Amino acid sequence: MAEQTNKPANLKVTIDNITVDVAPGTTILQAARQIGGDVTPPAMCFYSKLEGSGGKCRTCLVEVAAGSAADPRSMPKLVASCRTPIADGMVVKNITSDRVQEARAGVVEFLLVNHPLDCPVCDQAGECHLQDLGYEHGKEGTRYEFNRRTFEPEDIGPYIQLHMNRCILCYRCTYVADQLTDNRVHGVLDRGDHANISTHISKAIDNNFCGNMIDVCPVGALTDKTFRFKNRVWFTKPMEAHRDCDQCCGKVTIWQRGEDVLRVTARKDEWGEVQSFDGKPGWICNTCRFEKKKASDWVIEGPTKVNRHSVISQGHYVGLKKPTETLPAVMDGRDPKLLMDIHTVSDVNKIELSELPGPATSENFKK
Amino acid sequence: MPVQFSDTTLAEVKKLVARYPDGKHKSALLPVLHLAQDEFGGWLSLETLDYVASVLNLSPIEVYEVATFYSMYNLKPVGKNVFEVCQTGPCMLNGSDEIIAYIREKLGIGPGQTTADGLFTLKTVECLGACGYAPMMQMGKHYREHLTREKVDQIIAESRK
Amino acid sequence: MGRKLLLEKAHVENIRLYEVYRREGGYRSVEKALKSMSPDQVTDEVKKSGLRGRGGAGFPTGMKWGFLAKPAGVPRYLVVNADESEPGTFKDRYLMEFIPHLLIEGMITSSYALGSNNSYIYIRGEYAWIVDILEQAIAEARQHGWLGKNILGSGFDCEIHVQRGAGAYICGEETALLESLEGKRGNPRIKPPFPAVKGLWDCPTVVNNVETITAVVPILNDGGEEYAKIGIGKSTGTKLISACGNINKPGVYEIDMTISVEEFIYSDEYCGGIPNGRKLKACIPGGSSVPILPANLLLKTAKGETRMMTYESLADGGFTSGSMMGSGGFIVLDDRQCVVRHTYTLARFYRHESCGQCSPCREGTGWMEKILWNIETGKGKMSDIDLLWDIQRKIEGNTICPLGDAAAWPVAAAIRHFRDEFEWHVNFPQEAQTRNFGLAHYADALELTV
Repeated sequence: MAEQTNKPANLKVTIDNITVDVAPGTTILQAARQIGGDVTPPAMCFYSKLEGSGGKCRTCLVEVAAGSAADPRSMPKLVASCRTPIADGMVVKNITSDRVQEARAGVVEFLLVNHPLDCPVCDQAGECHLQDLGYEHGKEGTRYEFNRRTFEPEDIGPYIQLHMNRCILCYRCTYVADQLTDNRVHGVLDRGDHANISTHISKAIDNNFCGNMIDVCPVGALTDKTFRFKNRVWFTKPMEAHRDCDQCCGKVTIWQRGEDVLRVTARKDEWGEVQSFDGKPGWICNTCRFEKKKASDWVIEGPTKVNRHSVISQGHYVGLKKPTETLPAVMDGRDPKLLMDIHTVSDVNKIELSELPGPATSENFKK
Repeated sequence: MPVQFSDTTLAEVKKLVARYPDGKHKSALLPVLHLAQDEFGGWLSLETLDYVASVLNLSPIEVYEVATFYSMYNLKPVGKNVFEVCQTGPCMLNGSDEIIAYIREKLGIGPGQTTADGLFTLKTVECLGACGYAPMMQMGKHYREHLTREKVDQIIAESRK
Repeated sequence: MGRKLLLEKAHVENIRLYEVYRREGGYRSVEKALKSMSPDQVTDEVKKSGLRGRGGAGFPTGMKWGFLAKPAGVPRYLVVNADESEPGTFKDRYLMEFIPHLLIEGMITSSYALGSNNSYIYIRGEYAWIVDILEQAIAEARQHGWLGKNILGSGFDCEIHVQRGAGAYICGEETALLESLEGKRGNPRIKPPFPAVKGLWDCPTVVNNVETITAVVPILNDGGEEYAKIGIGKSTGTKLISACGNINKPGVYEIDMTISVEEFIYSDEYCGGIPNGRKLKACIPGGSSVPILPANLLLKTAKGETRMMTYESLADGGFTSGSMMGSGGFIVLDDRQCVVRHTYTLARFYRHESCGQCSPCREGTGWMEKILWNIETGKGKMSDIDLLWDIQRKIEGNTICPLGDAAAWPVAAAIRHFRDEFEWHVNFPQEAQTRNFGLAHYADALELTV
């Protein structure tokens, strides 16, 4: 028997051969996040700040090779790491399990078969978790040869753009509505492959905290209407900023182009979740998000740290010394930023990619 | 005319709610939607759904979520007689495809459609738990089993009366 | 004649009525339990009986009851799963329709064992007329003092309520059923926690199938040990089999799990053989979710042994050459039937019934249906068969609830055993529209002895 102490005993768990101590009640996913890096399973529906979330998307499936020290039997099925609590002595395989890798590639394929793949016209592109997931865990090409599922567009008010065709039904936005706002007017309607996020009656989603649905949406299903088609995120500069707000924490990221504030979001942590401040999730109010679009509204703290693997890091260097002579000489005096204007050169924006029966080809753009 | 349960139905709703512990009245939602569908013309309009929400003190979206999940709730108007013909495996083995084709031919409507006179709606449904009595269909509260062309003729004639 | 425990009295005239049921020995188990046994003793009898859940999974009932958490001051619930929706299965309906008091009696005894003062029957919405039958039986039972306060002076209170679903196969999954009973969408819950700890309204709950609960009556009357003597090995007691498809006598049969599959299909006591002089092609022995078997593997196991109607024998050979008892939905296909078309209708069923909550099931079931439709209608490619195989493999085991497996297994087994029929559809698309593949070699090894 272990020594008796008043402190709650920590549990040992080994994930991909790395052993860590975790507090009782910790899930496999949280333990893996504690380790960090590649052993952390991707999570499309779990959101640690939303009670009840997780278990649905199945991207975080892992293999439990030993249930616990007391009962070292393995679990026959892969389990959702986000909802499976650690038992002391548990041995988990994530990237060291071929079964997991294969199942995950399968889940990625399932999530993409009906996805419009309209990244070129999607405002989420560049910060989309489904893009990352596909890039990291998916396979090239698709084996799906049928028309993709589409939904009638629904207007849900002046702040949030709903693009149901892109939704992966993570349910996060419904938890936001339940847990952050006092009156949920949208939900998941219908069932099976026709289940969809909707208000049913095109009711405007209007609550001072509803904008947080945009931040929790892992894909481009819910985007900021005030930022719609304004710019690509990788052309904007994220800056940490704050203001005194009597509704929310007032700590945000502003996304700037020059001096313009194109968009305001909550601050995200390395898992793409809203950061916590003093132990409380830093959800922001609609006033901060949608109404404060001038740089003078904000006290700017400095540039947001962007992971260098992110496309957003392009053109977003810190401490960069720009060459002063060479570029203008090479560019013949032209401004380097205007090498190409995507809107004039490309026809991409004129084609509704989600309506194409298969992958887009040059033929589609010749029409 | 505003949607409003009769006094008998309201009493029924009260009885239903009493079957659950305090504060768990949401449990009455499925049975109350059945009552509403029976009372308001065999389908659930938006007004009806909102009315059920107010009767049970739920938010409308909670009612929409449930009403759109279950296949027995009709969210569009239906004919006076609804033929819900099972087409799953065991019924298929016993000729449900032919029965559906025959009803189509007789009524001139496809699955999901209602005859112009509003008398009949044809629906194809999945397994109703009558596999030993196949082919079969549901009509209102009851099952019509061991269907043949003759039996379909008879049922249609009966329903026209 | 095999032993009948549940259906013995089902055809006594007016057995639906309380007086007749009581005269035939009804409600003795309640008297015995409430007057002479403690709740734990009732549970012990069920454990001794070896009774396994009759809904499909076959989990030992006594063990399930043993898992029920009993924190002080928190109500516990018994919920009877009468959401019978598995294609091929119509046995619970038969019990409730013909001998409803058996279920009510079983529920009172079981509620006593579990300490449930309010027990619920969740019945599929389409069985609307059966709701009336059950309500009638409950009213009679209450009138005669078997329900209500202080039953038989034992201090035990019990009420039974009937809750009607509204059309969703998924609500047969126990946590989806509980969600539905709470007035929500039938989305299965993510486990743990299990219902035994956190079930209906977050209280400890046992969910049992109708047939399971009715079996508690003979177990109490005759004793668990007596019950365990019936059957072979871990397949104790009697099992209701609902037989359908291409047989002479479709219907619900009570078997004592000592007979062979061949006897069940061909003897006049049961299915009575295949009609119109047709031959047996294939069979799904335990409800649409379990693997389909060609005739040669159905009647004899791969080892050449006679296949019996028991949990173990039906599963002999695993998924390579065996199947499962499942819910007892016995679907027979004769040599006219097309396995591709039949599999397509099942795939359509599972796509229709997927709740849509988790990605492999939501997206995979529809994909399989589309591919099967292409193959069935002559638009399939040879690579589609491998693709189907791969899709089902990626659904199986990776979903929140067993519906994913239930959708994957029929497709897997159909390809495993009838691959040449799929290939024939691809190779001869025109011909496949006008005639069926027929029996081929599936029944080669078949020699009838009955």
